[in-house]
Amino acid sequence: MSTHVLAAEDLSGFGTDPWWLIVIKVLFIFVFLVLSVLLTMWAERRILGRMQLRLGPNRHGPFGLLQGLADGLKLGVKEDLVPKNVDKWVYILAPAAASAPAFISFAIMPFGPQVSIFGHQTHLQLTDLPVAVLLVLAMASMGVYGFVLAGWASGSPFALLGGLRSSAQVISYEIAMALTFVAVFLYAGTLSTSGIVDAQERLWFAVVLIPSFLIYMVTMVGETNRIPFDLPEGEGELVGGYHTEYSSMKFAMFFLAEYVNMSTVCGLSVTLFLGGWRAPAPISTIWPDANTGWWPMLWFIAKFAMVMFIFIWLRAAMPRVRYDQLMKLGWKVLIPVSIVWIIVVATMRALRNAEATTTTWLVVVGAGLAAALVALYLWDRAAEKRREAKETAKEQEFATLKAKPTAGGFPVPPLRAAHYGSAVRDALEAPRPERGTSAKEVTGA
Amino acid sequence: MSNHEAVKRVPGAGLAKGLAVTFRTLLRRSVTAQYPEVKPALPARSRGAIALLEENCTSCMLCARECPDWCIYIDSHKETLPAPEGGRERARNVLDRFAIDFSLCMYCGICIEVCPFDALFWTPEFEYAEYDIRDLLHEKDRLREWMWTVPPPPENDPSGAVPKEITTAERTAGPLTPGAGGDRDGGSEGGAGE
Amino acid sequence: MDISERTVGVGAGAAQTGDAVSAKDMATEDMVLNIGPQHPSTHGVLRLRLRLDGEQIVSAEPIVGYMHRGAEKLFEVRDYRQIVVLANRHDWLSAFANELGVVLAVERMLGMEVPERATWARTLLAELNRVLNHLMFLGSYPLEMGAITPIFYAFTEREYLQAVMEEVSGGRMHYMFNRVGGLKEELPAGWTGRARATVAEVRHGMVRVEEIIHGNEIFRARTRGVGVLTREQILQYGVSGPIARASGVDFDLRRDEPYLAYGELGDVLRVVTRTEGDCHARFSCLLDQVAVSLNLADACLDRLEALPPGPINQRLPKVLKAPEGHVYQWTENPLGLNGYFLVSRGEKTPWRMKLRSASFNNVQVLKELLPGNLVADMIAILGSMFFVVGDIDK
Repeated sequence: MSTHVLAAEDLSGFGTDPWWLIVIKVLFIFVFLVLSVLLTMWAERRILGRMQLRLGPNRHGPFGLLQGLADGLKLGVKEDLVPKNVDKWVYILAPAAASAPAFISFAIMPFGPQVSIFGHQTHLQLTDLPVAVLLVLAMASMGVYGFVLAGWASGSPFALLGGLRSSAQVISYEIAMALTFVAVFLYAGTLSTSGIVDAQERLWFAVVLIPSFLIYMVTMVGETNRIPFDLPEGEGELVGGYHTEYSSMKFAMFFLAEYVNMSTVCGLSVTLFLGGWRAPAPISTIWPDANTGWWPMLWFIAKFAMVMFIFIWLRAAMPRVRYDQLMKLGWKVLIPVSIVWIIVVATMRALRNAEATTTTWLVVVGAGLAAALVALYLWDRAAEKRREAKETAKEQEFATLKAKPTAGGFPVPPLRAAHYGSAVRDALEAPRPERGTSAKEVTGA
Repeated sequence: MSNHEAVKRVPGAGLAKGLAVTFRTLLRRSVTAQYPEVKPALPARSRGAIALLEENCTSCMLCARECPDWCIYIDSHKETLPAPEGGRERARNVLDRFAIDFSLCMYCGICIEVCPFDALFWTPEFEYAEYDIRDLLHEKDRLREWMWTVPPPPENDPSGAVPKEITTAERTAGPLTPGAGGDRDGGSEGGAGE
Repeated sequence: MDISERTVGVGAGAAQTGDAVSAKDMATEDMVLNIGPQHPSTHGVLRLRLRLDGEQIVSAEPIVGYMHRGAEKLFEVRDYRQIVVLANRHDWLSAFANELGVVLAVERMLGMEVPERATWARTLLAELNRVLNHLMFLGSYPLEMGAITPIFYAFTEREYLQAVMEEVSGGRMHYMFNRVGGLKEELPAGWTGRARATVAEVRHGMVRVEEIIHGNEIFRARTRGVGVLTREQILQYGVSGPIARASGVDFDLRRDEPYLAYGELGDVLRVVTRTEGDCHARFSCLLDQVAVSLNLADACLDRLEALPPGPINQRLPKVLKAPEGHVYQWTENPLGLNGYFLVSRGEKTPWRMKLRSASFNNVQVLKELLPGNLVADMIAILGSMFFVVGDIDK
């Protein structure tokens, strides 16, 4: 395939930078990430504030811009508590294990095309690999170790549950996430990020592969443990989750890791689905030079900020899902849908490669549509039947309630009821399931 | 709202609604009052601190006794005034100490209500937080200072009964001329309590 | 009750725990998780001792009393005006309704007639207080579920209402506005107009509160079918208020045993009920009750403006003594039934004043409700029980 060849050629531009350029790039990425964390925190609090009829932090520096810095300093000078029965080595290692991999992923993020830095032609990207996107996935998996180890080492039930949830969640959402990448790979024909950006020169994959993009948006929230999927640290249940027992700088590291992870998935979404550093359509048509020189960096950051805004917006509007619902969504919805979508994408690609005729296309699409219609019809019938069954069950319940006069008035408690271990009840009524489940039954009806 | 539940829901409609509401709010002005710069406009009845009009106090101890958590401290001594021409000697209570411990005070206002001589008043001032809890014990000079911040009471609702202060005043001093009665009397004109 | 508490070490120390269910197999251990007394979801210092099997609750025990302040004992050495101060503090979210219970009891004991204006004004303020209380829970419940925005919307509305309450009574939370025989003082001029405007504003703002969370799919998924209270459980534990009505127990003192002016408000007073009995039903009940209360407030304002001029309180003797005897007065507090059993020996303080608070009875049912649920559901259920810790511990 031609794209393959192209991608392979592209990568020859990498790995040739002199050492000082690499240092500059590494420093840039680090500074970019730290700054983006500080600014995201500020933006998050300001935007959340405005969405909640408040102002948000506005005291430190202009518009409160230095709030993040102040918070960082405060965290740094706070007392570093180490609980007595922690597993000390692991406890100290965990924050570092969580935040270091988060930074690495950004090495393959393309900020722009080739530019000239001090007379040296180079890509605005630290490096690229033939399997660059896999590096991101690998690093995300590495990051989980930090959370799990933190949960384990803290020796507290809240932290343990948080760590367990975190590992289960990240692992299961990573599968769905990887599956959405497959569609992108099929279209781009490469795993290298610069190649994927080049493949989106005419049309963003977010448009071509809408289902993939939507699933990715969900998984990226799940992957970064943000609302509505912030179960590992859901303060309503687990106080602070895996970082309950952490304080001071170690806590700050987790905080940093979370926000850098956000940056990573945002950058990835821009690269994989939103055309990377390429200017959005109206700008690039009006202004042909938009995609050359240093300008692309601006487009990249603009798109990056937009995706970040979605994160913040979601946080303002959503409650937290329950753990089993999260798993259900991941395993029973996102993964199957992804797989089906990949099959569809693969079929389309195969047909295109085989230079299929219009008739073949029509047949395939028609068959697909017909199958979908039949499935929809069957599903609807089943749903209808379920509804009817529900209604009849409800009516029956009402009938039994009516027939039973003992469903008493308020101040007089019914004397024989499912409680206090009343023996009379068993004699008078048909045996019922255990209390815990009987409650569920009533709702179903 | 029960009909909401009956209507078949479009999946995701609730999520979209939430997103829409938050976005709409983002574009609206926030309601936050920037406190230290912008002072809150508190109503006259607001219970901020208790002010003492020392001149009116007869150290009768009613407030201290009625206080539900006994946070008022009063010390006084008797003073005998020299007999005026052809009269008798008179004893008078002199207030030595009047203190309210605001760290105990529950802000119920009973002391103000029971004071028969109008020596205690509410002021809406509230900015007297301290780093040391002991400093919340306000002595009489500090309580006297609050007096300057006591606002006039609000006019009463015209359909309410005429306050007994006004009826007694009218009984003893004859009908009040309109406008001469000050704030308290404003309600009685409209109310036509007579 | 076994008082020996076994704390199971988890995490690094999990290996050392003995006492396995069956020694040789791969024994699983129940884990004891203390929710509270300091935990973000317990609104203060309620403590729940949970035994967990994984994330599933095996048994739950509410341990109350961390905030016990001995209100009932304190009542015995306070006169009938001072009691009001204490009474509005056990459930700090429904201060007005609480003081109302006390003064109604004393008034009944004295056989005292309250001026009509006072009755209507009390009804109005009680309903505004109900809205304030419900708004608090409408905000805090989603917060516990992770939705951070609704509480700000709810509190914005609360702020408007609190301004109205503060203007009339001087207090934002502890109004201290009820007195035996009426209210403390006359309403300020123009207050009714401002109250009416605020009621309209809050009614408008409620749309926002409802839109952001009530229909939210995640919220519904977490609350529907979760923590179902049956009618029987309600009756056995004496659960009352919106929680009981959400399970189809159609009981509301405002309608069934009218006090204040509720008897004349029959056409406005709609008792909100649900049949599902789950968390979502409880939340919807609260939401609808706000609408009803706002309507009631409007009706009260109409009546208040139409009433002939008159006093708002009774002149009281210097020392108020309730006659010998006893009386039980209950009211429909925002959170449920609130009762004061007043026993007097003819002194100026009650001989005994027993307080039946709604939250105390309502949380008892948790013991029955929680087992079998997940920890995450525990939060949903706990939040939907709408309790105030002060009201539990008294």
